[in-house]
Amino acid sequence: MDDKTVASAIANAVQQPKSGAPTPKGQHRRGGWLRQLLVPLLAIITALILGALVIAFTDESVFQAFGGGFGRGVGQAFSVIGRAYGAFFSGAFGNPVRIISALISGQGAQIRRAIYPLMETLRISTPYIFAGLAVALGFQGGVFNIGAEGQYFIAGLVTVFVGYAIKGLPAIVHLPLALLAGVVGGGLWGAIPGYLKAKTGAHEVINTIMLNYIAFRLAEFMLDANGLMARGDGRPVSPEIQPSAYLPQFFPNQVELRVNVGFFLALAAAALVWWLLYKTTLGYEIRTVGANPRAARYAGMSVARTIVITMALSGALAGLSASTDILGVLHYMPNAFSSGYGFDAIALALLGKSHPFGVVLASLLFGALRAGAQNMQGIAQVPVDLTSIVQGLIIVFIAAPEIIRKLYRLRQPVEGEELVTVRGWGGA
Amino acid sequence: MPPVLQLRGITKRFPGVLANDHIDLELEQGQVLALLGENGAGKSTLMNILYGLYHPDEGEIYVRGEKADIQGPSDAIKLGIGMVHQHFMLVPVLTVTENVMLGMESIRNGIVLDRAKAARRIRDISDQYGLEVDPEATVEDLPVGIQQRVEIIKLLYRNADILILDEPTAVLTPQEVMGLIAVIRSLVAQGKSVVFISHKLKEVLELSDRIVVLRRGRSVGATTPAESDERSLASMMVGRDVILEVPKGPANPGDVVLDVRDLVVKGDQNKVAVSGVSFQVRGGEIVGVAGVQGNGQTELIEALTGLRAVESGRVELGGRDVANASPRSITEDGTAHVPEDRQRDGLVLGYSVADNLILNTYYLAPIAKGLAMQEAAITDRADRLIKEYDVRTPTPLTPAGNLSGGNQQKVIVARELSRPVKLTIASQPTRGLDVGSIEYIHSQLVKKRDEGAAVIVVSAELDEVMALADRILVMYEGRIMGALDAAAATKESLGMLMAGVATE
Repeated sequence: MDDKTVASAIANAVQQPKSGAPTPKGQHRRGGWLRQLLVPLLAIITALILGALVIAFTDESVFQAFGGGFGRGVGQAFSVIGRAYGAFFSGAFGNPVRIISALISGQGAQIRRAIYPLMETLRISTPYIFAGLAVALGFQGGVFNIGAEGQYFIAGLVTVFVGYAIKGLPAIVHLPLALLAGVVGGGLWGAIPGYLKAKTGAHEVINTIMLNYIAFRLAEFMLDANGLMARGDGRPVSPEIQPSAYLPQFFPNQVELRVNVGFFLALAAAALVWWLLYKTTLGYEIRTVGANPRAARYAGMSVARTIVITMALSGALAGLSASTDILGVLHYMPNAFSSGYGFDAIALALLGKSHPFGVVLASLLFGALRAGAQNMQGIAQVPVDLTSIVQGLIIVFIAAPEIIRKLYRLRQPVEGEELVTVRGWGGA
Repeated sequence: MPPVLQLRGITKRFPGVLANDHIDLELEQGQVLALLGENGAGKSTLMNILYGLYHPDEGEIYVRGEKADIQGPSDAIKLGIGMVHQHFMLVPVLTVTENVMLGMESIRNGIVLDRAKAARRIRDISDQYGLEVDPEATVEDLPVGIQQRVEIIKLLYRNADILILDEPTAVLTPQEVMGLIAVIRSLVAQGKSVVFISHKLKEVLELSDRIVVLRRGRSVGATTPAESDERSLASMMVGRDVILEVPKGPANPGDVVLDVRDLVVKGDQNKVAVSGVSFQVRGGEIVGVAGVQGNGQTELIEALTGLRAVESGRVELGGRDVANASPRSITEDGTAHVPEDRQRDGLVLGYSVADNLILNTYYLAPIAKGLAMQEAAITDRADRLIKEYDVRTPTPLTPAGNLSGGNQQKVIVARELSRPVKLTIASQPTRGLDVGSIEYIHSQLVKKRDEGAAVIVVSAELDEVMALADRILVMYEGRIMGALDAAAATKESLGMLMAGVATE
């Protein structure tokens, strides 16, 4: 009885505004960028505050200080948190004072050192952007691509092969070819579960997970010390790629600044995905199939074809995340390649509300978190794993925005503004 | 004696909407109060407040003269208030007894369900009010009309004596409506009080003791059947004079546009849903398909529009066999389709009105040039159609899900009827819509007919089929039970055919 009445209450509450009287003018205007960003921003701040508590309560010196009185304990806690987050922020963005004074001094070496953290953040963001776009595109098309990690591996194998095996090509041919190899490899690996879903109804979540394992083991097999793609010096890594396949660095000849043109490619990919989704007939099909497959069918769209295309495009984007990493930073492929980009990508798509520009912002954040965490561990001896906690908390708050709204007493959003990112398991 | 139920100054606001604006209501014991109003007039909100699902912003509720604070359905049930929702809340695989017991099971020896005791009480209630329900029957085997009675028994079993029935006749055949009216009469004769929500004027006039009309959240008048008629009630509901008959001249049938022969279609359960149906529709005529829901109409239309596979038979559209053709090729051949479930099939609720208006022409010039969609052309079309079809939307960029049902339907009608078509198929085109929207959609369908298109209208509402159609086909269990000239059809003759009784 109670469950039923609750269910009907929810159903009524959900339906009510729809069946209500016509809405007054302007009521449902899209709520501005600031309002869209409010919940994510508060989620990040809240997660950082909770992260600070974790730092304080896992630090022995804080407990000792509390032994000497409450005030001293609190003081010590703040100093520990301050040190950790100070290191964190300077690791992620650099020290503003140092950057400015370096710029004023005009000395190349000094400038490079000052902007190193910021550049490292951009470097780490690059594969995140591609992978996040991959999952976001899938969400828009109603498919849940958990296989970005597997597509990343396959694309990595293909890219690195084209990168080292083909010799004597000019960079203008070799580099695009190596990138294209990643696009095709990742795209095909993504298209497989798309095709299975479209033709047999097999759920893409299951199939992408399974294809992930296949991809992992395939990479292990190929890159094993005696594998087909091993370097041959007993290490489980691929040969170095040809310099003609390198993605150009921002700062040529500066080995420590690893940021490269891949970052611009990632931004271009975000713009392209945005254009595709919102300005083209294919994007209209993808979004319609994602939002309401029945209406898509009614409108004469081929739902099956659209799902395959969506998964292929998603896989291609995930593939580029590996290609740019290999061609721009690593220049070879190690066996233990797993970076978790493909899985973090799901979080990025959620955080970015499946919008390409949202994904870019989320990726920059994750890049900063990773870059900052390295520095924090080095200077304040706070383990890198704290970032995982902070990342996890951010995702929880984004996935359950009610927590943030309750916490900060925000108004309910007007109905229809919230983007439903994923339909449940059985959806379509 | 105070009224058994009294609402004073009930006000409920939703963001941007005043759903109920100082509504007063009185229900005397042993009476039927009809709550009449268009969709979105605030009837359901008011009753949900009474049932404790919403809390009013202002106003008071008195039950049997005492002020009541209803925080939730359990409070309402304690006060003897029960509600039958439009969509039944029954577990199909359980028996009537099990459904009724659910939530207040009688227990024997601490743990054993006492079905027999509950069944006895259900039989007593059934006999007392003439409900004729078998407590041992499985709910999914029962016709809709009987399932509704199970819902009523659930309330009576919980000792409700104020019964709220939300649009109870929407799902019933004419015969079942008669049965329901008899049941309600028997309930009030034995002291129960009933609030009856409806937008059907005839039933309200036939059944109620008092009528309260709501419009845009306000109570715009209270009257009695003796003092009013359909026309006066309709104008109160809409706020202006309403034409109840569809104004149309005689049909001018031309060439055969759609020729269906021996069509067989399977339903979702892989059972034959349409078994060997043949009919023709000519240009310039409206063919109405009547029948109780679930007798193959849905599957028939889905097969005609390419959304469902045809097992056997021919479907000729303008001379071309389109059986098992793709939805797109059938659309491009000149078929407009207003689907049965507008929210599920006809719209993407999260899309703007403008984007919904191009749902099946998004790839054609001038909306698209190659891959690129043309923003200006989309906006132009939206502005034009919104004006031409009188879609009430704050802006063309408002999500379709934020519009009222009537305006959502107008979006679909605008999209479908603005194309040059030779066949127009409209399934339940006015279900759940208000009088004003119904009037408008009917006139558009007649206009399409007069332009020479063949029109098929499927409707569960006999009044609608009779008012709109030139010829009427009645479907029963996947067959066409009979084909009548609309002029010769009566409610009774159609009702018999709908119930599967062949007439000579």
